[in-house]
Amino acid sequence: MNAARLDDYREVTSKGTMCFLRSLAERVRGRRFLHVNSTSQGGGVAEILHRLVPLMADLGVDARWETIKGDPAFFSVTKAFHNALQGQEALITKDMLEAYIETNRENAGNLSLEGDLVLIHDPQPAPLINYRPPEGKWVWRCHIDLSHPQRQAWRHLRKYVAKYDGAVFSLPKFAQRLPFPQYLVYPSIDPLSKKNCDLSRAEIDGVLDHLAIPRDKPILLQVSRFDRFKDPIGVIDAYRLVKKHNQCRLILAGGGAEDDPEGGAVLGEVRERAGYDPDIHIIELPPDAHLEINALQRAATIVVQKSLREGFGLTVAEAMWKGKPVVGGAAGGISVQVIDDVTGYTVHSVEGAAFRIRHLLNNPDLIARMGEAGREYVRHEFLITRHLADYLTMLLVLTA
Amino acid sequence: MRERAQVPFEFCCCIELRQMLGLKAETEKELAGLIKLVSLDSIYYHTCGLLLRHRYRAGAFSNDFATWVAVQVGDRVLGERLAVLDPLSFDTLVDLRDEIVSVIDGHLKSIVVVPRVVYGEPFHFIQSRIVAVPAGTVAYTLEEFRQDVSEVDDRTLYYHTLEARVRHKHRHNDFSAWLRDRLSLPTLAARIEALDPFTGGLEWVRTQMLAYCDQVLIQGRDL
Repeated sequence: MNAARLDDYREVTSKGTMCFLRSLAERVRGRRFLHVNSTSQGGGVAEILHRLVPLMADLGVDARWETIKGDPAFFSVTKAFHNALQGQEALITKDMLEAYIETNRENAGNLSLEGDLVLIHDPQPAPLINYRPPEGKWVWRCHIDLSHPQRQAWRHLRKYVAKYDGAVFSLPKFAQRLPFPQYLVYPSIDPLSKKNCDLSRAEIDGVLDHLAIPRDKPILLQVSRFDRFKDPIGVIDAYRLVKKHNQCRLILAGGGAEDDPEGGAVLGEVRERAGYDPDIHIIELPPDAHLEINALQRAATIVVQKSLREGFGLTVAEAMWKGKPVVGGAAGGISVQVIDDVTGYTVHSVEGAAFRIRHLLNNPDLIARMGEAGREYVRHEFLITRHLADYLTMLLVLTA
Repeated sequence: MRERAQVPFEFCCCIELRQMLGLKAETEKELAGLIKLVSLDSIYYHTCGLLLRHRYRAGAFSNDFATWVAVQVGDRVLGERLAVLDPLSFDTLVDLRDEIVSVIDGHLKSIVVVPRVVYGEPFHFIQSRIVAVPAGTVAYTLEEFRQDVSEVDDRTLYYHTLEARVRHKHRHNDFSAWLRDRLSLPTLAARIEALDPFTGGLEWVRTQMLAYCDQVLIQGRDL
């Protein structure tokens, strides 16, 4: 993919927004904005930084992106941290903590950490704060759900986080008691990325043919990891209630289970619950299956995201950008993205999901109307151009 | 209407940096208590600032307090009583805050059990800082003004109507002041001044402004 330029977004955002971004950027031209995270490939953070950093540079900001390096032991520690901070059971030993601290110390010696604003993404590189240069503001950007962290894990992490000048969270409920300003910035999707760009009918059909999915019935789709918090079993149960009255297919598409020890077990349960129903398609996709996800979302009639627990859940914005109504669990950022009766419905039960899906299937005009409203809503609130404006504003305010 | 102002109208756009205060309310009593405590920037965010959000996310009523009690707590009566408050009718944000608290307190005195959120979300207090930047366009004539109003971001409309009145404490919104003082169009200015963004939304304000400007341009004189 070529480096992103603001002009590339002329077709998807308003002239007023483009002028505003250029004007805002004039005020911060030449200032240094450094992002640090733990990977340049895979995951939502890397995906968005691949576009945001070049866009900032295009607007005259001295934007850089560094990634920390670590061995498998380090990443197993940070994975345990990640799970514990999101409230799951995870054991973090003294040795694990030492590996975490030591890897960050090594990275600090190898990275150039100068910047007027340094944004450290997620817990993995948080201890870099111990090696901050004398100048510049340091802000911790938390992309995960910190609403119910395991206290032990948060206590360890808080020691580092409390040394920052500020923090950024994706939802108010994720904020913590911290001795500095905590800002609210929603994440975003890139409308020009492979996962969200326009596709022709032939491209969509090609993907569906490849995945052996007929287009003879309305398609219900959930794209998510095979994780209990995403409630794939609940989605199958809702589909069965719908199927008593309406013809449809259900597609459950998600990432492979190799990096998630529980994923295999959940996938087994999902297959068992699906049985031999030829209208249920369970599709395991590799992490880089962006085109396939894009095509499936565009082919879907209704997109479901029936999560019981959720971070922000950007698959909802992705679906709405493609003009699809969303039936989503009232969890995490789904409630911010799904506007009841306008862009879809938030639901609290299997029955609720089934009822709303049936209501939509029986009202094709409503599907079209909600799809259109969803796309306009995403254009205003969840595109990368809004994200860019938020970060430029932080740069302007915090480095004034 | 070929009149050319000596001082142009300089359009400004704005963006808000939202800061979470880490305070949340689960009952109407807690809500009133925290409203008394939080900064005026928070009162501003939850009332005027609502217009900076997309209309879908702005909620059922004209301020966050009203929407929360009506939707999350399920107290439609208090929701309606709070919804009717017009931030532009108060001289200061302190007055607006006092009135909100007074409405909630009055309501709580009239009922036995304090309503609380059961299945819904608590109320999270946020405050915002508005950052203004030039939008890059200026108008000297009514034609230019009309053209720019049709193209600018809705945040520009917000800045010159809400921010000018409430935070900058201007007696009139910036559009009306310029049309009256620089182009001598007092009736057009008054009509624009009277537009209520809280019930119609900023896009409605834009549509009405364009319609009024068109009338003046067609007639060749003030309304």
